[in-house]
Amino acid sequence: MATAYSSAKFVQPLSLNSTINGRSRDNSLFDPLKTGTSFLGSTRKLRVNSVHSNQGNVRRRLPVVAVSEVVKEKKLITKQEGLELYEDMILGRSFEDMCAQMYYRGKMFGFVHLYNGQEAVSTGFIKLLKKEDSVVSTYRDHVHALSKGVPARAVMSELFGKATGCCRGQGGSMHMFSKEHNLLGGFAFIGEGIPVATGAAFTSKYRREVLKEADCDHVTLAFFGDGTCNNGQFFECLNMAALWKLPIVFVVENNLWAIGMSHLRATSDPQIYKKGPAFGMPGFHVDGMDVLKVREVAKEAIERARRGEGPTLVECETYRFRGHSLADPDELRDPAEKARYAARDPITALKKYLIESSLASEAELKAIEKKIDEVVEDAVEFADESAPPPRSQLLENVFADPKGFGIGPDGRYRCEDPKFTEGTAHV
Amino acid sequence: MVLLLAVNMVTRAGFSLKQLKMWGIIRQKVAAGGGSPVARIRPVVSNLRNYSSAVKQMMVREALNSALDEEMSADPKVFLMGEEVGEYQGAYKISKGLLEKYGPERVLDTPITEAGFTGIGVGAAYYGLKPVVEFMTFNFSMQAIDHIINSAAKSNYMSSGQISVPIVFRGPNGAAAGVGAQHSHCYAAWYASVPGLKVLSPYSSEDARGLLKAAIRDPDPVVFLENELLYGESFPVSAEVLDSSFCLPIGKAKIEREGKDVTITAFSKIVGLSLKAAEILAKEGISAEVINLRSIRPLDRSTINASVRKTNRLVTVEEGFPQHGVGAEICASVIEESFSYLDAPVERIAGADVPMPYAANLERMAVPQVEDIVRAAKRACYRSVPMAAAA
Repeated sequence: MATAYSSAKFVQPLSLNSTINGRSRDNSLFDPLKTGTSFLGSTRKLRVNSVHSNQGNVRRRLPVVAVSEVVKEKKLITKQEGLELYEDMILGRSFEDMCAQMYYRGKMFGFVHLYNGQEAVSTGFIKLLKKEDSVVSTYRDHVHALSKGVPARAVMSELFGKATGCCRGQGGSMHMFSKEHNLLGGFAFIGEGIPVATGAAFTSKYRREVLKEADCDHVTLAFFGDGTCNNGQFFECLNMAALWKLPIVFVVENNLWAIGMSHLRATSDPQIYKKGPAFGMPGFHVDGMDVLKVREVAKEAIERARRGEGPTLVECETYRFRGHSLADPDELRDPAEKARYAARDPITALKKYLIESSLASEAELKAIEKKIDEVVEDAVEFADESAPPPRSQLLENVFADPKGFGIGPDGRYRCEDPKFTEGTAHV
Repeated sequence: MVLLLAVNMVTRAGFSLKQLKMWGIIRQKVAAGGGSPVARIRPVVSNLRNYSSAVKQMMVREALNSALDEEMSADPKVFLMGEEVGEYQGAYKISKGLLEKYGPERVLDTPITEAGFTGIGVGAAYYGLKPVVEFMTFNFSMQAIDHIINSAAKSNYMSSGQISVPIVFRGPNGAAAGVGAQHSHCYAAWYASVPGLKVLSPYSSEDARGLLKAAIRDPDPVVFLENELLYGESFPVSAEVLDSSFCLPIGKAKIEREGKDVTITAFSKIVGLSLKAAEILAKEGISAEVINLRSIRPLDRSTINASVRKTNRLVTVEEGFPQHGVGAEICASVIEESFSYLDAPVERIAGADVPMPYAANLERMAVPQVEDIVRAAKRACYRSVPMAAAA
């Protein structure tokens, strides 16, 4: 085994908090085997000789990179994009703040997990997707739903448990599904969404190759946290996604804490992005508190998946300003750490950037904030006034097939045949 | 005339003629529901095809293979994934020949990652593909049970009907021969307690073919519990069964043998033992009615209750552990609905309440045998003979 690695050059991966010092802008390529896009930030490449020499000595160079700084001279976004990003992040923040208020007033109940502080990741990634691309999330999914396009009214109603919610009140905070917007949930168990996302990516590839829908290039994003990266399903899916070259991006929202368990206490090697190359895909680390950096990395990763080159693992270093859930007293986190990250609030950072690069004026941003306030207020009013689900809804939707008797040879549900029995469920 | 019109309409709706022939024009003759003891569904062949009347013998393995083959050729969205389903031709040779026929994109050999590939199957099903996920045995499904229950069974409900999961989880279930405790667990009761799942358990080749086809076409998650010891058994199949559009209804039990003195319910391999027991009982003047459940969820309570109301005595037999088992549910259902019809206490036969031992004689004692069923039936008929000594 030693001989196979003797010619490999191992490079120490870059440390996590290397975002402050500027790095020389290399003209290094994202994927050395393909020309084209030059990628911002420094790259160091890990050269690994393929161990499978029986397949003809394929050499794969997998960059392990840490994106450090966005070069300010270059205009990365247009004014319109900038305002869109700002609006999306403000929507996420206001919505979550309103959720907290509603929870403490008793309108919302159960488990509610808020996304304050992590908006840059959601906005940076999801705003680059098309409607047909899919997003799979965890229980911290309100803002993913909003970024993907689910109306604020529908999400708020769902949280209140009303029949006008996106899942008619049957899902709740942790189970946001929207077929129209291709939001595939909303999973309460950590790591559960990753194989489902891999399956959605598998479908995209299957459609293109087996069902011959040539233009099907849908990409799937799987969002999950640092704690999930110690779960077996994560590794199983990294393996299969790389093995079958599925169009998926694994986005790790590393907020350093899994309820009260610090990432450093739970993980043998806390640098999650390094786990990508172990499975044959590039691993990226990006400052998740800066939406522009996240967006740049996201662009590359999503384009890579769309071209059919396979999965990517992106680790976003971010932070949640509130506790794990609204029931979490959040006593274990150091206030100094919280203050440090609060100073790097992604919304203030984007605001500063927009104003300094004269892309938007203070007044325009204030107008957006006011508009979003109205949207959120309207969502609350709508949810409040909506009716709770009717009693008959309890037994609905257990099966897609209305009574569970299967499909007959004529292609119709057997229970629709009047000679068949009525079925077992009744209210 | 109506036939032609139907063909016309359906062809115009975009279905190919092949699919049309598959979904065919098979009329069903359904017996009157409710109290009739003969709740048997028999597909009747139309005049479009002529069948020979010779009865063929078919192994369960062949039946499953042919069902998979036909469903995969009819619908390109159906694909098979599991360990050793491709190049190894299936761990129990159920998927023999499918890799050559459909290629590696539709018959996927997976790494040994039940949680991972089951989740991938569920994710693919969210988008309308129809995966058939094979577990080498259902014991391994415990590593993936989170996906079977939380992402597959509950999704239609949680998303309020937006996302249905047309997936089939299949594999051998229950005890085999001498495979030890970790390979012999029966999962019928576990999966049948979950709303949102359909649980099917075939016995004969006809059941295997019909139920697997119904399961693959079904828009909901189906857990299909086969039995390893049945794979090699042959059963006679009629021509209707061999037709490519044959499928059985889900949620309907079959009365394998009619009787009037005692009702015996069973599923999977135990149906065979129950039929043998019924033969023995017949010689002693007890006419036993054997019900092949076929579908554990939804459970065909109406057939079972109708039968008990006729015979007034019940014996439930299963291979799994006794506590909270399928038999417990059937007994509760009968007591709730047909209490006044019962002439004797309900009898429950189940596997021994121990992890499956390895030694051959202990294993024989841990699983219901024909003698146990006969004894229980006699007890129910108040004709029991006291047991001579512990076996």
